[in-house]
Amino acid sequence: MNKLLVSPSPHIHSKDSTKSLMLDVVIALVPAIICSVVFYGWQELLVLGVSVASCVLLEWAITKYMLKKPSTVGDLSAVITGILLALNVPYTTPWWVVFIGAVVAIGVAKMTFGGIGQNIWNPALVGRVFLLVSFPTYMTTWSKPAGLFGVDAVSGPTPLGTIQEGLMQGSSVQELTSAYNYKDLLFANLGGSAGEVCALALLAGFVYLCCRKVIKPWITLSIFATVALTSLIFWGINPDRFTDPLFNLLTGGLILGACFMATDYVTSPMSLWGGVMFGVGIGFLTMMIRYFGSYPEGVSFAILIMNSVVPLLNMWFKQKKFGRK
Amino acid sequence: MKEDKTMSKFKLVSDGLVKNNPTFVLLLGMCPTLATTTSAINGLSMGLATLFVLVLSNMAISAIAPVVPDKVHIPVYIVVIATFVTLLQLLMQAYTPAMYETLGLFIPLIVVNCIVLGRAEAFANKHGVGESALDGLGVGLGFTCSLTVLGLVREILGSGSAFGYNFIGGHDGMLAFVMAPGAFLCLGYLMVLFNKYLKKN
Repeated sequence: MNKLLVSPSPHIHSKDSTKSLMLDVVIALVPAIICSVVFYGWQELLVLGVSVASCVLLEWAITKYMLKKPSTVGDLSAVITGILLALNVPYTTPWWVVFIGAVVAIGVAKMTFGGIGQNIWNPALVGRVFLLVSFPTYMTTWSKPAGLFGVDAVSGPTPLGTIQEGLMQGSSVQELTSAYNYKDLLFANLGGSAGEVCALALLAGFVYLCCRKVIKPWITLSIFATVALTSLIFWGINPDRFTDPLFNLLTGGLILGACFMATDYVTSPMSLWGGVMFGVGIGFLTMMIRYFGSYPEGVSFAILIMNSVVPLLNMWFKQKKFGRK
Repeated sequence: MKEDKTMSKFKLVSDGLVKNNPTFVLLLGMCPTLATTTSAINGLSMGLATLFVLVLSNMAISAIAPVVPDKVHIPVYIVVIATFVTLLQLLMQAYTPAMYETLGLFIPLIVVNCIVLGRAEAFANKHGVGESALDGLGVGLGFTCSLTVLGLVREILGSGSAFGYNFIGGHDGMLAFVMAPGAFLCLGYLMVLFNKYLKKN
């Protein structure tokens, strides 16, 4: 192989590579992985294993046999897709459903568009939404964490699902939310997908990524701010119909989505203001889907919709050219 | 378009099936293609319905083309096509009421199907009645085959059955393939395969 690469200036050398950045993301996800395995037990480990293994194998097979290009498995991006997909589905999902999700994530959403760096939508989210639409029975049967050593898993809807059903039956939000306290939400004592339950572990990973300067915090922060502000306005107008800001920040896939999915390098805008607009869009759409949509949770749809407008945001908020004032 | 008068009859039909395949090459008639192919049977019936209109309207238009003033030719063609569609609609309502219910709005929509008007404009008004009938048959068969294949793939993946015969027992299929996103996905990948095949030959 030719070791000498000729490229135009400036010749800035950095120790960062795709692999080192992705490794940092994997490290940041470790607390959430540990947390979910402890809460859910070996079934969650099986989901994680199947998801990561099939994502990596599929990417390897597609690059080798269909594209006939050098393999991109080594950059660890498929591992992250696998982990995120696993954290996005209930731990009771059968292994073949997880495998289908991996096929859609890697095969359809990533490799069809040309592999890493060229996909329009976050692969793990495309896989998740495909499963949600295709297998609603598996994807919405949530179970309360049974624990690594416990056996009595209780199946029940997520907090957001409970609220939506309750509202349809005419109960007010206050009676419905009184069943949850914020400490439970923060420390994962409720039904949900693995990534939904462990807010604190996910936030720890987010702080790690910001400290290592792997991701810029503005996308995540603008999502949180928009969700808080939007729900504050609606809650302020009618607390009987709309849930309060803290509840919205802590439930559902918001923290996982905002910290790890929306900040994906490939599918988020490049500039600061582009990123802020991107975050505002995600936050607003999420709240609109939660309050008025037919699905109880809308983070994944909101991120995918905003992924689609990233090229436009990149055009509106162009980065300054190097050396330009 | 082919102006070659020596074109064999077989080529007229096979061109519509492969080289000018309305779905995978010309990308015409996307609305019924995406909306009615939830199962192989539905795709097949939609294709046959379009084939019926296509052959008859091609023949009628090639016969009246010399006397139609150029300025009003599109309205005249549309009226001719609409006549055959109405005929088809009444026939289906009488003899295949179940299919008439399933396809619903998409039968009257054949009037505005680009394939039908496209063949009238591009082929029928320049050729004889016999040739136009063969062209309509070829393109119609191409449309029917594409819709049936697309419907079959979506039915297998989406409901786990083929032509109504269920082979996965009580399980559910991947519902996304019965809905609109699955239609786009399947169409895209089938187009990839079709173009790969065309390039090889």
